[in-house]
Amino acid sequence: MSKRRHIVVLAALLLAGCAREQRNFREATPSNETGEGVQMSDIAPGHSAERKPNANPYEDSAYSVSQGKQLYEMYNCVGCHAHGGGGIGPPLLDAKWIYGSEPQNIYETIVEGRPNGMPSFRGKIPESQLWEIVAYVRAMSGQLPKDVSPGREDHMYAKRPEASTPKEHPPQTNVPPGQKEK
Amino acid sequence: MKRRSSFWLVVLCCGLACLVSCHGNQSALDSKGLQAARIERLWWLMFSIVVAVYLVVLGWFGTAVLRSRTRQSVQEIPPQVNVEADRRMTVVVAWAIGLTVVLLFVMLTASVRTGHAIANLSSKNPVTIDVIGHQWWWEVRYEATQADQTVVTANEIHVPVGQPVVIKTSSVDVIHSFWAPNLHGKRDLIPGYQNAVWLQADQPGTYRGQCAEFCGHQHAHMAFFVVAEPLEKFNAWLAQQVSTPAPPSDQVSKQGEQVFLSHTCVMCHTVRGNGSGGKLGPDLTHIASRMTIAAGTLPNNRGNLAGWILDSQSIKPGNKMPPNPLKPDDLNALLEYLETLK
Amino acid sequence: MTPTEQSAVASAPDIDRLANLERIWKDPSGFWGWFTHVNHRSIGKRYMVTAFAFFLAGGVLAALMRIQLSRPENHFLGPDLYNQIFTTHGSTMMFLFAVPMMFEALSVYLVPLMVGNRNICFPRLNAYSYYVYLAGGLLLYAGLFINTGPDAGWFAYVPLSGPDFTPGKRSDIWAQMITFTELSALAVAVEVIITTFKLRAPGMSLNRIPLFVWAQAIVAFMVIFAMPAVMLSSTMLLMDRTVNTHFFNPAEGGDAILYQHLFWFFGHPEVYIIFIPGTGIVSTIISTFSRRRIFGYTAILLSMVGTAFVGFGLWVHHMFATGLPQMGESFFTAASLMVVIASGTQVFCWLVTMWTGKVVLKTPMLFALAFFFVFVMGGLTGVLMASVPVDLQIHDTFFIVAHFHYVLIGGAVFPLFGALYYWMPKITGRMLSETAGKWHFWLFFIGFNMTFFPMHILGLRGMPRRVYTYSSSMHWASLNMLASAGAVFMTAAVLIFIANFFWHQKKGELAGNNPWGAATLEWATSSPPPVYNFAELPTVNGRDALWDALPNQPIVEGLDEDCRQVLVTRVMDADPDHRDEFPEATPIPFIAAIATSGFFISTIFTAKAFFPTIIVVGIVLLIWYWPRRQPSLRRKEREIWEH
Repeated sequence: MSKRRHIVVLAALLLAGCAREQRNFREATPSNETGEGVQMSDIAPGHSAERKPNANPYEDSAYSVSQGKQLYEMYNCVGCHAHGGGGIGPPLLDAKWIYGSEPQNIYETIVEGRPNGMPSFRGKIPESQLWEIVAYVRAMSGQLPKDVSPGREDHMYAKRPEASTPKEHPPQTNVPPGQKEK
Repeated sequence: MKRRSSFWLVVLCCGLACLVSCHGNQSALDSKGLQAARIERLWWLMFSIVVAVYLVVLGWFGTAVLRSRTRQSVQEIPPQVNVEADRRMTVVVAWAIGLTVVLLFVMLTASVRTGHAIANLSSKNPVTIDVIGHQWWWEVRYEATQADQTVVTANEIHVPVGQPVVIKTSSVDVIHSFWAPNLHGKRDLIPGYQNAVWLQADQPGTYRGQCAEFCGHQHAHMAFFVVAEPLEKFNAWLAQQVSTPAPPSDQVSKQGEQVFLSHTCVMCHTVRGNGSGGKLGPDLTHIASRMTIAAGTLPNNRGNLAGWILDSQSIKPGNKMPPNPLKPDDLNALLEYLETLK
Repeated sequence: MTPTEQSAVASAPDIDRLANLERIWKDPSGFWGWFTHVNHRSIGKRYMVTAFAFFLAGGVLAALMRIQLSRPENHFLGPDLYNQIFTTHGSTMMFLFAVPMMFEALSVYLVPLMVGNRNICFPRLNAYSYYVYLAGGLLLYAGLFINTGPDAGWFAYVPLSGPDFTPGKRSDIWAQMITFTELSALAVAVEVIITTFKLRAPGMSLNRIPLFVWAQAIVAFMVIFAMPAVMLSSTMLLMDRTVNTHFFNPAEGGDAILYQHLFWFFGHPEVYIIFIPGTGIVSTIISTFSRRRIFGYTAILLSMVGTAFVGFGLWVHHMFATGLPQMGESFFTAASLMVVIASGTQVFCWLVTMWTGKVVLKTPMLFALAFFFVFVMGGLTGVLMASVPVDLQIHDTFFIVAHFHYVLIGGAVFPLFGALYYWMPKITGRMLSETAGKWHFWLFFIGFNMTFFPMHILGLRGMPRRVYTYSSSMHWASLNMLASAGAVFMTAAVLIFIANFFWHQKKGELAGNNPWGAATLEWATSSPPPVYNFAELPTVNGRDALWDALPNQPIVEGLDEDCRQVLVTRVMDADPDHRDEFPEATPIPFIAAIATSGFFISTIFTAKAFFPTIIVVGIVLLIWYWPRRQPSLRRKEREIWEH
């Protein structure tokens, strides 16, 4: 029994290692075309229907998150959100999410745009890059594991790197009732 | 016996080496510029000295083994020494060391003198080109006193023949190295530093260069071309590059421009005149005038451009340009538009 | 009687005495006993086997690279995997094979035998250094197998290897592997120096120390001065990546070139650390197989010392393309040319030794002689690179790849194979097959030249290094195919050697004490030596111990033989100084290595592990070094009390 457990643990470690170091250059990306829409509220009449939260597989890959960080800068998200501290746009470092903090919420925000100034990037940013940016945005408030989050960048030191950022606890809207919050 | 035949093999190899190395694009021994010519002269001097020394050492070695070789076993030969012979050989070794020192000094002098000559190429009003390294392409800027006269292009450098040109190098990400062997040795592009290298092309032609410092996934596909042309042609090229392309006139090209502006292209690329301003990828204002795309990876023609736009990751996996699944009509229009950007 | 003859003839009380010596000096056998060994030959054999295994692993990686490069635009390996493979190949060969084999394995096994003593000094540290080395190697390969292999080159330049451009843990694994292997090398360096200077047989004054031992001692000094530089640069890289320091961040006052300086300050002496033991081996083999003492002992010794000193002043020649000031670069050109004088002197002395001796062409001698073809060519291409203008053309091309393989394989691997054929009879007691040895030699020699000579031409024709593929329009394809074909010959040669190794253990001719009629002290005892190395500890009458021995050469007597007592001698003339007791077998070094590995590996993943794990290491070290009176003193005190 203990030998089998050792193998399972070893396999889990190996897979964990694999996922963090994945560098996918061409792949089908998760799109949000689930047809179910994105739940924005955690209350509903009667019982809520069962739904599985969409996970973002890029959140396991340090390379993807680091790409997201580069894209955040290069697509000029810093223009409104600075390095997460906000300015014209709201800050992204904190636990306050107007439109939800789950990956698919953030994806919708970027793709659709939001009232009061968030542009719609539909058709302008390819799917895979969108999800990488989503992963990075979540890393900014410490939602991602520390070994996946980026370290300090080769630029002027604007804020603590994501790997050293403490985890914020935004309210979760898209988790079915009864399930543990992440 | 075996030693002598290996000796001739070595000579043959050296001869072949000379033959096959002498010509070819991107060859250090096919100098087409002043600096590369100086280096090549130094190379041949040092190479001949070094080959001569090697042959002498091999000869000495071969003779030593041949004359001292014995078929007896070790146990049959008690160790012994001829003190008188050793004293004579001390003189021989001393002469050999002395000759080594002299030859090294000759090479040192030649090397330092060539180094001085290379470093002292200069001119009053040289063409100044900024080469900025990106992962995995070359941003090329011809600075001018007026901002609207600045030329921004990528992966292709034009220089006037016979005039010194200064290339100022820097990098936005990791260390790269600018190397056009037909014209000069390499110079690193180091973030946080600005280096300068002076070149002069002595013959008109197109010279390939390649990144020579490991810079990540697509270091292998980061090439560029230096086009040396007579001064008038160079000035004409520069004027063409400064100009803003005329807006597209026919329907398909107009549609192509709309595709460019409404899809992902505009996030990363700039085409002066149509309102785009992306700084992430190469400037495309005069894309149709370039010989290659993807940093020297593919010749610039319609088919390659289509493949690059649709799925660059299969050509240069890991590069920063994502795949762009466009509808066939849109792709066709976009290509038409890009071909007008001469 | 000479020591050799003495050990052949043992009378009855001698047999009892030898059995007693065996009992005292033997480390426990069996699975659990393996972790407690402190005998230098046991640890030395482990080093050899492990380093050779890493050599094979690095060779497999090289074969994969050659397959990928055999054709233009090949799709055998993608860029990411290729980058991991060439980085791991370089790191394996430099950190896990070359230094551990040339310096650590050979010196740990041979130096105590050559100076005529029973064990290396600091035996527990010796065992600890092996386990730490093994852990570092396993860390690197575990990383490679889970896609976390380093991919920024064996030198891992910043900013590419920094936090921005190598996300994840890849560079961290590389940086910590450095820490493991350098700690191991530093420990062995200390042991080699002390053993060489304090544990020699009486009569072995400084000018009678065998050149191989001198080579290892000189290398040990180089290790002590060079390794800290790379430990510093790799730790600074690790800190940049894990705890947000800015050593190499230009935007905050750091400098990418600082990394290069620190790394190459180590990196250049490193290649001499690999090459100087090779010269020690060649001096030994040429002397034995020319049947005369080496010509120019003092000149060769001074050359090795000169190489060691001057070797610390060359590092900038790896950085000529970075745009450093021209006058500074010229200084390094001069120094790089100057070091040729030292290597040249050694080559001339060897040539004279052969010219005036009688050359017996056995397999070890063939490998030593290949040095003249291969290393000399590599050294001469190095002269070409010493010149800044020429280097600006050939730097970072396949010309450099050809150069360093010629000097490293010619200066280390060929002599290493020679050393293995030469000393294997001493290690195992049986001779390796001469026929297989000659096949091994010629296949390896031909294959090596087939692979690496065309690379000179490829470099001159513009092919840069570290490229995972190349365009067919560059006309590099045929030379690359030739290079890849040569790899097949080299693989065959190494397989023949491995087969020879396994064959000889059963079927090899029995070696006897001194099958080569050699001069150094390890040949004065049986093959393989007993656990106590020498039945009678020898003394020495000249530079070539066995050739210069008197008919009634004295032996060392008077050491206590009921404990592990050794004779410590003085530095200059090896006059007996005092007696010391060496530790017995203990598992503490292994436990300390586990604690150290835990400290190094856990701090890659989280800085929070730093204090808990270092406290554990501290506790284990306390237990190790807790002062204890030596067992013999305790025994004597007991006897006094009882009386």
